[in-house]
Amino acid sequence: MSALTVENLTVSYGDIHAVKGISFEVRKGEIFTIIGANGAGKSSALRAISGLLRFGGSVRLDGKELRGIPADKIVALGLSQVPEGRGIFGNLTVKENLHLGAWIRKDRKAVAEDLDRILSTLPRLKERLLQPAGTLSGGEQQMLAVARALLSRATTLLLDEPSMGLAPKLVTEIYNVVREVNKSGVTILLVEQNANIALRLAHRAAVLETGLITLAGNSADLLQNPRVQAAYLGA
Amino acid sequence: MFFYLAQQTINALQLGSIYALIALGYSMVYGVLVMINFAHGDLFMLGAFACLLLAVLLPVHLPFVVILLLVMLVIGLLGALIERVAYRPLRDAPRVSAIITALGCGLVIENTTLSLSPYPQFLPTLFVSKTLTFAGLTITTLQILIIGVALGLMVGLDLLIRKTGFGMAMRAISFDAKTVPLMGIPVNRMISLTFFVGAGLGGAAGMLYGLAYPQISATMGVLIGWKAFIAAVIGGIGSIRGAVLGGFILGGVEVMAVAYLPSTYRDLISYSLLLAILIFKPYGLLGHPPNQKV
Ligand SMILES: Nc1ncnc2c1ncn2[C@@H]1O[C@H](COP(=O)(O)OP(=O)(O)OP(=O)(O)O)[C@@H](O)[C@H]1O
Ligand SMILES: [Mg+2]
Repeated sequence: MSALTVENLTVSYGDIHAVKGISFEVRKGEIFTIIGANGAGKSSALRAISGLLRFGGSVRLDGKELRGIPADKIVALGLSQVPEGRGIFGNLTVKENLHLGAWIRKDRKAVAEDLDRILSTLPRLKERLLQPAGTLSGGEQQMLAVARALLSRATTLLLDEPSMGLAPKLVTEIYNVVREVNKSGVTILLVEQNANIALRLAHRAAVLETGLITLAGNSADLLQNPRVQAAYLGA
Repeated sequence: MFFYLAQQTINALQLGSIYALIALGYSMVYGVLVMINFAHGDLFMLGAFACLLLAVLLPVHLPFVVILLLVMLVIGLLGALIERVAYRPLRDAPRVSAIITALGCGLVIENTTLSLSPYPQFLPTLFVSKTLTFAGLTITTLQILIIGVALGLMVGLDLLIRKTGFGMAMRAISFDAKTVPLMGIPVNRMISLTFFVGAGLGGAAGMLYGLAYPQISATMGVLIGWKAFIAAVIGGIGSIRGAVLGGFILGGVEVMAVAYLPSTYRDLISYSLLLAILIFKPYGLLGHPPNQKV
C-alpha cells in the first residue's frame, strides 16, 4: 500500500530547475529517506509535496492528487511537514506552538490527551511549556517541531534535515523519537545530508543529485553501495 | 498648578486613547504584512461618517453600543475588503508597491467622501454629557465614556491576541509567515481577520473622536492618521503594546505642549519627538529588529 506516490515531480524557480522529474513511492508505515548534498533539491521536493511550492507532475497522498491543493488544506488530509530549520515560532511559547500544531482539530479533549502522551516522552519540553520557544536549544526546538507536527494527527510526516546543526548525541535522540513515531504507525519521508544515520534508520532510500534520483533501493543495499559510500559516507 | 496638570492629564488620556486605537490598526497590519496601510487614517474618518449616517438616516434611535458595534462591523468589513481587492494581488510585489497602493486607496476614500460631503458635517449628540466635579477637577461623562470604551476595546484586543487561536496565528504570521500554512492555518483568512479587527478599531476611534469633536470632515483622517502612525512608530511598529504606549505618549505630549507652550508648537513637538526616539531607538520603544522577535 502506498502512502505517498510521487510521479515525475518538477520544481523550478524561474530559470532554475531545482527538481527535474523525480518519481518514488513511500509505502504505508515505512521510513523512506532521500539523501543528497547541498542544493540537490531535497527541500524543494518536500516543499512541493506539502503544497508550499507549485510543481509539475503528480503527488498523491493515499491515492488523492495533491496538485493545486493549498498547503493548509493538505495538512487536513493527514500530511504534515517539519520544515528545514525547524520553523518554530520563537515569539510564541512552547505550549502555543503545540496548540498551533493542532489547529485543524476541533476535538479539544483528544488534543489534550495527545499532548499529554507526546509530552510524556519529551520531558524537557514539558518543563518548558510556558517559555518562549525561541529560548529553547536547537535540539529542543527540533523536538518541539516534531511534536507540533504530530499534533495534527498526521499519518504521513515529512522531515527536512532534522539533524541539521545538532551535536551527535542529540541527533541520536531525535532519531530515536522519529523511530518511535514510525512505530506508532506514522509513515515517514525523511530528507537528509547525513546519509550515514538516515540510511541506518530508513527502510528504503533514494539518492538525489542535482534534481534527479540517481539511485534507489533498500537502505541496507545503499549502505553497501560503493558509490554511495564514496560520495556520502566518506568511506 | 497641580490641578491644571491633573486636568490636562484627563484631556491627554482622551486624546491618547484615540491615537492608541488608531495606532493599533497600523501596527497589526505591519505585523502580518510588513506594510504601512496608509488608507487607515481614512477608515478612521469613515468611522465618524458611518456613525453620522447611522444616527441621522435611520428612523429609529439606536442605543450607543449598537451604533458603536455597527460602525466597527462596517469599517472592519471595508478594511478587509480593501486588503482583498487592493493589497492581496500585490502580496509578492515589492513592499513599496503595496504602500503606494494604500496611499491611493486612502485618496479614493477621501475624495469619494469629499464629493458626497463637500462641507464639514456635525454629529448629533448621541450621548448627553454631564460635567462632574470633584476635588476641583472637572471631567465630563463623555470623557469617561470615550476613555472607557477605548480602554475596553484595547483590553479586548489584548485578550484576543494573547488567548485565542486567531491571536496566536497572527503572532505566528508576524514571526514567520511562510511556515504558518504547515500548521493547517489558512493564512489569507487570518490576514483578512487582522484587517477586519484593525479597521474596526480605527472606525471605533473615528466615532469616539466625532463624539469629542463633533465637526467631522472628509479630510479629518489625514492629520490624525499621520499622528497615529507616528504613535505606532514611537511605540515600535508591529508591537501591539507599543502602539498603545505610543498613542498615550503622543497624546500626552501634544496636550501638555498646548497647555504650557504656544499651541502652534504642538506639531513641531510631536514630530521632533518622533525623530528623537528614532535616533535613540530605531525600532521604537517596544519594537524589535526584524528576525529577532523573541
Ligand atoms: N527561493 C529560491 N529561489 C531560487 N532558487 C532557489 C530557491 N530555493 C532553492 N533554490 C535553488 O534550488 C536548488 C535546490 O535547493 P534546495 O533548497 O531544494 O536544496 P537542498 O537539497 O534542500 O539543499 P540543502 O541540503 O542545502 O538544504 C538550489 O540550487 C537552490 O539554489
Ligand atoms: Mg534543504
